[in-house]
Amino acid sequence: MNTNGNLLEVKDLRTYFETEDGVVKAVDGVSFEVRQGETLGIVGESGSGKSVANLSLMRLIAEPPGKIVSGSITFRGRDILKLSPREVRAIRGKQIAMIFQDPMTSLNPFMRISKQLMEVTRLHLGHSKGEAREHAIRMLEVVGIPDAEARIDSYPHEFSGGMRQRVIIAMALSCQPELLIADEPTTALDVTIQAQILELIKRLKGETGASVILVTHDLGVVAGMTDHIIVMYAGKVFERAPTSELFGQPGNPYTRGLLRSVPDPAAEQGNLYQIPGQPPDLARLPGACPFAPRCERAEEICRREFPPFVQLTSEHSSLCHFADEVFAESQEAA
Amino acid sequence: MLRFVIRRVIVIIPMLFIIVSLTWALIRLAPGNFYTGEKKLAPAIERNLREKYGLDKPWYVQYRKVLWNIARFDFGNSLKYEGQSVNQILRKALPVSATLGLCAYLFALAVGITSGTLAALRHNSWIDYASMALAMLGISVPNFVLGPLLVLVFALTLFWLPPALWEGFPSRSIVLPALTLSAIYIAYIARLTRSGMLEVMRSDYIRTARAKGLSEREVVMRHALRGGLLPVVSFSGPALAFLITGSVVVEKVFALPGLGNYFINACFNRDEPLIIGIVAFIAVAVLVFNLLVDISYGFIDPRIRY
Amino acid sequence: MPVTPSEPPSILIGPEYAFAEEDVRELVGAEVIVGPSLWRDAWRRLMKNKLAVLGMVIVIATVIASLFGPSLIKAATGYSYDSIPKDPMLTKSFAPFRAPGGKFFWTHPMGTDNAGRDILARVLSGGQISLMVALISTLVSLLIGVSYGATAGYIGGRLDDLMMRIVDVLYSLPYVIIVIVLLAMLPAKTPTGQLAELFLALGAVSWLTMARIVRGQVMSLKNQEFVLAARATGVSTPKIILRHLVPNALGPVIVYATLTVPTVMLSEAFLSFLGLGVRPPRVSWGSLAAEGAQNLSVYPWQLIFPGVTMALMLLSLNFVGDGLRDALDPQMRKS
Repeated sequence: MNTNGNLLEVKDLRTYFETEDGVVKAVDGVSFEVRQGETLGIVGESGSGKSVANLSLMRLIAEPPGKIVSGSITFRGRDILKLSPREVRAIRGKQIAMIFQDPMTSLNPFMRISKQLMEVTRLHLGHSKGEAREHAIRMLEVVGIPDAEARIDSYPHEFSGGMRQRVIIAMALSCQPELLIADEPTTALDVTIQAQILELIKRLKGETGASVILVTHDLGVVAGMTDHIIVMYAGKVFERAPTSELFGQPGNPYTRGLLRSVPDPAAEQGNLYQIPGQPPDLARLPGACPFAPRCERAEEICRREFPPFVQLTSEHSSLCHFADEVFAESQEAA
Repeated sequence: MLRFVIRRVIVIIPMLFIIVSLTWALIRLAPGNFYTGEKKLAPAIERNLREKYGLDKPWYVQYRKVLWNIARFDFGNSLKYEGQSVNQILRKALPVSATLGLCAYLFALAVGITSGTLAALRHNSWIDYASMALAMLGISVPNFVLGPLLVLVFALTLFWLPPALWEGFPSRSIVLPALTLSAIYIAYIARLTRSGMLEVMRSDYIRTARAKGLSEREVVMRHALRGGLLPVVSFSGPALAFLITGSVVVEKVFALPGLGNYFINACFNRDEPLIIGIVAFIAVAVLVFNLLVDISYGFIDPRIRY
Repeated sequence: MPVTPSEPPSILIGPEYAFAEEDVRELVGAEVIVGPSLWRDAWRRLMKNKLAVLGMVIVIATVIASLFGPSLIKAATGYSYDSIPKDPMLTKSFAPFRAPGGKFFWTHPMGTDNAGRDILARVLSGGQISLMVALISTLVSLLIGVSYGATAGYIGGRLDDLMMRIVDVLYSLPYVIIVIVLLAMLPAKTPTGQLAELFLALGAVSWLTMARIVRGQVMSLKNQEFVLAARATGVSTPKIILRHLVPNALGPVIVYATLTVPTVMLSEAFLSFLGLGVRPPRVSWGSLAAEGAQNLSVYPWQLIFPGVTMALMLLSLNFVGDGLRDALDPQMRKS
């Protein structure tokens, strides 16, 4: 743990990519914290930079064309960005673990599940073959795979999508990491399976006391799972708040737009709301507010100047020229 | 799986039948005979010759005899090499070609896979460009140009290696022929490995492996190689077919007493039994080898189900 | 959350589909934009590839040299590829730029062969034959491959199964062996006949992969959305094939055809090397190499010049083929 009780502190992280079209600033000055035992939700559309931010946490960015240009990632008192590759590898899979979006492609199709599971504990915990296998079987049982001992020697293609994601979760939690990063863990799954997987993550978090970063574009998913949320757009943090406060009293027009886009089955039959326009081209960002072209509240200053990061309450901040006004308006509406 | 193998094995027989018949037909349809030389033979002598070799019987009788013999693995005697049966010649020549081919291909695999993998891992570096450039050369320089050039440099100028000699496997005489034969394969295998590995290294499961904390070496050796080498495995099937035609040239250039050399000479000599014998043997070898390649593909990729 | 634009979608269409504009416009009510053509884009990418450009330059230069060279040389020095000098002193092999006595002499930049024939003239004439054989054989293989593959792909079903099974079987056979037997057994009477046989034989060897590629393209295009869209607006079937399928299938076909040329050239060369392809008095690079290989220890230039020329040509063709493949579809790079 860091000195102030945070497990993980990200300060001003910048990850850029060199492409044919120019420098893509996928993550441009992102800061957030994860507290011990808490779940942080990261919400954003595709292209907002949320996945890149997470890959940067474990330094999994492909060096050409990407590069973590600046910032600090303090985990248990050490800055990950300053560690040697060997030290980073010791953290990966052991203290911080990650699960990815597509369970169909995230497992090695040519390798048995047993071997893929055993790899982690043999590497980080020094298990022998027998110990690793026992441990792996137990992990499979924990994540709810029936008949684990018989099925552990199967290949990934012999499992269904939901089962595969469970296997991946088992793999990630094998060494009891302190931080689990879940990058859109349910996006590729059926709705019914989605709920099961989320429940599983919640339960395991409770049992192991790990912290979780949950990345998604789906506000519904975050609502029931997280303690704090940050909203990302165009590589920047647009708002951050405790979950209930974000939903109840958003302080940013973008967040408000996102909330309005969630279809409300109880509402009258009307047009579905969509935030107009498209996300910006990250290689050609204007120096002003990146959301201005699509913002219904935008004014001259928004198209000219980069907005300030306004502190609304002790735990609630918003990146907007009119943060206070928006915040106040939503308070009235509540 | 077993049914698949059996089905493929059974198919070999009609295929062999077709190939042998086709070859036989081509030989028979050709004008001229094996015994026609510069001089014209007296009719009596010709009649005797024809009788001796059974050429006076109607064609379907001869055809049946050929098929029957082949079924018993008896290809008869060579028409040009007095007193030697085709089987004897096959037994002599096969080890030469087989050793040459095996050495060449194994060497090509070793060099090709290594350089292709390195090129993929150091994408866009000088290693990448250099090995792909060499691969291009390997594909573009014909083996009948490369062979003599190598001989010119290493045998006739530097005197390091013998120009045209065959002493079997661990000897210096095999170096130049094997090198010449393997050049084009090194090129193809390097390219295939490189593209295969590049694709695999981009996949999600490699990212997962890294996220587990494995070192780059472990990631490549344990996770990437197996999938990345699949294109090389499936290339091995047709590669054998090319290897045979390649060795025909190499054996000629280096004057090696292998199947290829015998085959070409037999074609020019109209030596029917020898031609059919070699063709039949090659056909079976290729079909069996392709079957083995397909089977091994199934072992490497567990998603394949026959 | 889906974020959709508020204005109607614009559809990007290349000029080759321009005729369908009216149909599509009515269908969707959208504005039709004619975007940069597929071909122009590819051309631009190709030009950026320096190796491919270099390859094209060399290929064109060699073609021109082969076409006009022999006549020029004949005019300048009186030598053609088969002219044997009358003077017995000259009917031997000279090194490049050397005359009897070892003096510098400009007539034979590549030297002469054992019969005193100018090697440069022979290399260029050989180029004529090698290039012609490669080109025509590629066309033959194209013809066979495209018709076979397109039929199998478009008709589909059991016929397609059968046709592809045949291809699979043929693919695994070294039926170059059969071709060797064929060429050895049936020498045509005239040189033209020989060449014709060679075209057919070589074309017959290389059509297989072309057929597979064409079939694959046709099958994937059969179900593409714009075919369905065109059909939905009542465009007739021949129009579909011609205007929609063909331009899109063309890409890989062109690439593979360009890559077939060096393959066929190589096959002709080694057949000629073995004495089965182009036979005297005609020459090709392969037969020249065969002659050269025999005299390697004493007159190495007899092999080096035709050999290097051929290697250079094959290299250039391969660069162009690779460059085309990268230009037409950067994702096609699956070797």
